[in-house]
Amino acid sequence: MGDKVLQMNNIMKIYPNGVVAVEDVTFELEKGEIHALLGENGAGKSTLMKVLFGIETPEQGEIILNGCKADIKSPQEAIKMGIGMVHQHFMLVPSLTVAENIVLGVEPIKSSLFIDEEKAFKLSKEIAEIYNFDIDVTERVEELPVGLKQKVEILKALYRGADILILDEPTAVLTPQETEELFVQLKKLKEKGHTIIFISHKLDEIKEICDRATIMRNGRSKGTFFVKDISTAEMSRLMVGRDVVVTFDKKPVELKETVLKVRNLCITGFTGIKRVDDLSFDVKAGEIFGIAGVEGNGQGHLAEVLTGLSNKYKGEITIFDRDVKKHNIRELRDLGMAHIPEDRMTFGCAKNMNIMDNMFTNQYHKPEYSGKVLLKNKKIESRVNDLIKEYLVKCKSYKQNVGMLSGGNIQKVVVAREFSTDPKIIIANQPTRGIDVGAASFIRQRIIEFRDAGCAIILISADLNEVLELSDRLAVIYKGKFSGVFNDVKNLTEAELGKYMLGIKRDDRLEGIIYEQ
Amino acid sequence: MNSNTKLNILRIVLSVLIALLISFGIIFITSEEPVKAIIQLLTGPLQSQRRFGNVIEAMIPLIFTGVGVSIMFAANEINLAGEGAFHIGGLIATYFALNTVLPPVISPIAAIVAAGLFGMLVTGVPAVMKIKTESDVLVSSLMMNYLILYFSNYVLNNMLRDPKAGAVVSYAVPDITKFSTIFPGTRIHVGLFIALAVAVVGYVFLYKTKIGYEIRITGENRDFARYSGINTVKITLISQLVGGFIFGVGGGVELLGMYNRFTWTSLLGYGWDAIIITTLAKKNPIYVPLAAFFLAYLRTGASIMSRSTDVATEIVTITQGIIILLIVAEQFLSKYKHKIISREAKATLIEKEGE
Amino acid sequence: MIIDAIFSPEFLNATLRATTPILFAALASAIASKSGVVNMALEGIMLFTALFGVIFSAAFQSAWLGLLATMAAGGFIGFFLAFFVLRLKTDEILAAIAINLIANGATILILLAVSGDRGISTSIHSIIIPMITLPLIKDIPFLGKALSNQNILTYISLIMVAVVHIFLYRTPLGLQIRAVGENKDAAESVGISSTKIRYISLTISGVLASMGGYFLSGGYMTKFTTGMSAGRGFIALAASAMGGNTPIGSFLVSLLFGAAQALSNILQLGKWSYELVQMLPYATTLTGLGIYSYIRMKKRQRLTGR
Repeated sequence: MGDKVLQMNNIMKIYPNGVVAVEDVTFELEKGEIHALLGENGAGKSTLMKVLFGIETPEQGEIILNGCKADIKSPQEAIKMGIGMVHQHFMLVPSLTVAENIVLGVEPIKSSLFIDEEKAFKLSKEIAEIYNFDIDVTERVEELPVGLKQKVEILKALYRGADILILDEPTAVLTPQETEELFVQLKKLKEKGHTIIFISHKLDEIKEICDRATIMRNGRSKGTFFVKDISTAEMSRLMVGRDVVVTFDKKPVELKETVLKVRNLCITGFTGIKRVDDLSFDVKAGEIFGIAGVEGNGQGHLAEVLTGLSNKYKGEITIFDRDVKKHNIRELRDLGMAHIPEDRMTFGCAKNMNIMDNMFTNQYHKPEYSGKVLLKNKKIESRVNDLIKEYLVKCKSYKQNVGMLSGGNIQKVVVAREFSTDPKIIIANQPTRGIDVGAASFIRQRIIEFRDAGCAIILISADLNEVLELSDRLAVIYKGKFSGVFNDVKNLTEAELGKYMLGIKRDDRLEGIIYEQ
Repeated sequence: MNSNTKLNILRIVLSVLIALLISFGIIFITSEEPVKAIIQLLTGPLQSQRRFGNVIEAMIPLIFTGVGVSIMFAANEINLAGEGAFHIGGLIATYFALNTVLPPVISPIAAIVAAGLFGMLVTGVPAVMKIKTESDVLVSSLMMNYLILYFSNYVLNNMLRDPKAGAVVSYAVPDITKFSTIFPGTRIHVGLFIALAVAVVGYVFLYKTKIGYEIRITGENRDFARYSGINTVKITLISQLVGGFIFGVGGGVELLGMYNRFTWTSLLGYGWDAIIITTLAKKNPIYVPLAAFFLAYLRTGASIMSRSTDVATEIVTITQGIIILLIVAEQFLSKYKHKIISREAKATLIEKEGE
Repeated sequence: MIIDAIFSPEFLNATLRATTPILFAALASAIASKSGVVNMALEGIMLFTALFGVIFSAAFQSAWLGLLATMAAGGFIGFFLAFFVLRLKTDEILAAIAINLIANGATILILLAVSGDRGISTSIHSIIIPMITLPLIKDIPFLGKALSNQNILTYISLIMVAVVHIFLYRTPLGLQIRAVGENKDAAESVGISSTKIRYISLTISGVLASMGGYFLSGGYMTKFTTGMSAGRGFIALAASAMGGNTPIGSFLVSLLFGAAQALSNILQLGKWSYELVQMLPYATTLTGLGIYSYIRMKKRQRLTGR
């Protein structure tokens, strides 16, 4: 260790929708170290690396590589300068062999026409051997397990001469054994003089393999530390804190009947990994049941089955004592279910249609809005206009295309639609992600109003403010299981919550998670 | 009128103009008397009542097919079997006319309803195949068209053929089943009213009914439709069946209104015309008659031009092809669209900052 | 009697003949699809090039020069399609429909202008590619009669199966085409321009299709007649799809459809109704497509548990 191999100074990146992803961040890398880049989703770590790898151009700031200023305009340029990136979603061609994937774009040629297969195998084998990767380069990528696919990605970067390797959440898809193997490889790479940037939020792994760590939160750097000098609790505190504490006025909770019952829910992905592992919980009318957790711990799958979008699960889910598996989405909604989806553009709206069309997909079939055949357009129009006013949707008129609105206003359209059917149970999945503060605050206020009026609300969120301020009860989901349940949310600190979210702490007693036996 | 609509209209007008200009260019190159040809093309239909009547006659089947395709494509399913549905419509209407005895007015109506039902079958086959086997609707619908054509030829040759007639044609259709002419001096028939009614009903169906709403949402974003509780499989099937019905009716009306006998031994191409019309009409049935009129006018003009000059009618299919190419090209006028979008985005941002 | 006819070497011979244009078009479809673009304009390209073949061969008074010129024309149309789809972002289906439409009209116009006739190109003295007999093979019992005595283009089409296979699986360009079609992001992440690759694959697709078109009017038949592609361009789409978009798979399925075509020709001579028999190739395609898709669906359901 010693020389600075990379220096990123005062980097600022603002996305076209106005979100400041990275704000005045300075980051430096020493040769031969494994440096962790830590932070929650949305902290800015991926964006910072996209800037380094030439995928994004920063508004401000400079990059200095090995002492010289570098202007990295594209991934190709980054590769030429010795930077390689292993993405979270693999960039591999399934039907091609490992060797073919490695040499893609720079294939060795024989007789000036054909690919020199032998040479391709030889070169790939060589690079694999140099770095001690035990891999059969003649196998087709689609046949490989995930751990090996990742190795191919790393080899691709090494083949193209990468000195600095950026690994984006590399262990997210690996089994424990594959993770161990990966760490062995990384240590060997370090011995050979490579420098590694390890993007992650898994504190135990960072403790195991990394030399230093830079922690990011809300687009800013919270400092760079030697991993051996900082505790996981301290890392968690820096990662998972609130900069601004916002309080909402909430009446004391008034519980009524049990609306949702979940017993022994198991969801298995088709790779065989359990995404949701034996979850059981109840939700009553009049409460907000929060589910906190870093994204990717099973919340998405949970939301899918609760809202009828998927029926691939084992266990029992009942809403008002009706088995969810036996009802289609229309029936669930008529029972009183509303769903604010995680991905509003894919599931929440039709961006090429106008606001009116978007606001009525869950109630047009009701007698007040349509007869046997015809829609009562005048009635719908006036109701839509009322909703636009009520939810403060900034638009030209109900005729405007939803795609033209800002993210916050699109979300308000979604919320207006979902809440306007007077729901009895609302599943809100990341309801304020990626939208402006004003819209977010408005939506949270509405959620509280519905809770006060006796609605049962399940709030799935990675946003601490939201989940701590709004929840009456709070469960933390980690690797498909609840790692803890808090019935006294007011006195829960972020530090404590962070530990549960990051798997440092776990409490299997789960008191109060089920109301009825 | 919002800027998106303005842009669309501009794109349509520009595409048409460019296509016409290119066609004029071809005429100039290939004809001995280009100016006369172009004048005939553009003004020929206006020169006599009969000629203008030809435009309206030609418009009728185009309205049916345009509306049919608008409904089918609204669900975002590219089912091209409308061509076959139209063809079988004509066949069934003929068969019905020759083999049933019904009182006037009822007879033609019953005939075209029967035609519609068979048309529904034709577009239904690829739609059901997609549901049951996940096979690609594009290829299966194209195969249907050829199947229907040869099947129809079989029926014509073996069941309906009039041995006394010189050519391969069916027996004459009894007058009672035919659609009578409205305006003397032209061949414009009652079917025109039916066509216009279909356009209006089609518009109401797509934009004012529950099912039409469900079809449009499904076509725009299938995931969103499903999430909202819409049965996307059922709705898509309904859209294909309704479209097929309209195509079939169109074929029946065309046969009973313009022909004395069933003479179709090859596919007429109305299925492809329908695509141009729906592109021009932005998939909205209420604009279909306008687009149909435009196309019919062009066709009639071309036919008049070919009769009095040395330019063939087929020049117009080239015009049509160019129009499609340009209208659907997203990047055509994209720089202009970009300007409009960034202007609007800036305006929204300024409003936001003012909060 | 019909069974005898089917198992005769003459039937096999006729099958190979009928397969040739479909095979060229299926190979064209396969290459385009491998790069991730559906080429629905094959029908129009075949129609155009069937006409061009007749015109060029007459103009050059040489079948081979005519073929080369036609292949260039086919490549140009493929490039034209690529331009509209890749550069102007036209929907690939609609652009193809436009080209097919233009082909319908333009071929009649051009035929009229060049030959004075609207239906058939008799007045153009085109030169057709000759038939040949293969010296050693013709003496093999049964197969000899089937394989020998074919048009040279038929043999070329069979060779093209191998050529396209080698191209796709052994050359760098072929590798990149497959990469772009399977995972565009992966290809672009290593610096391959998916746009450039698709331009190339669509142009090659046009060239291959043009060879099929050339054969239609200069081998299968000896003249151009309007609309003579008769849906082969669409059948080819089905053929390559069912063959997994591989050259060998496309060949096998094209053979199937060629057999259906040949069968319909035989049956017409018998007491079978002419029109019903004409339905055969299309009915075969439709059924085949249904069965293939069903099997594929079941496999997918098994794998992903949905």
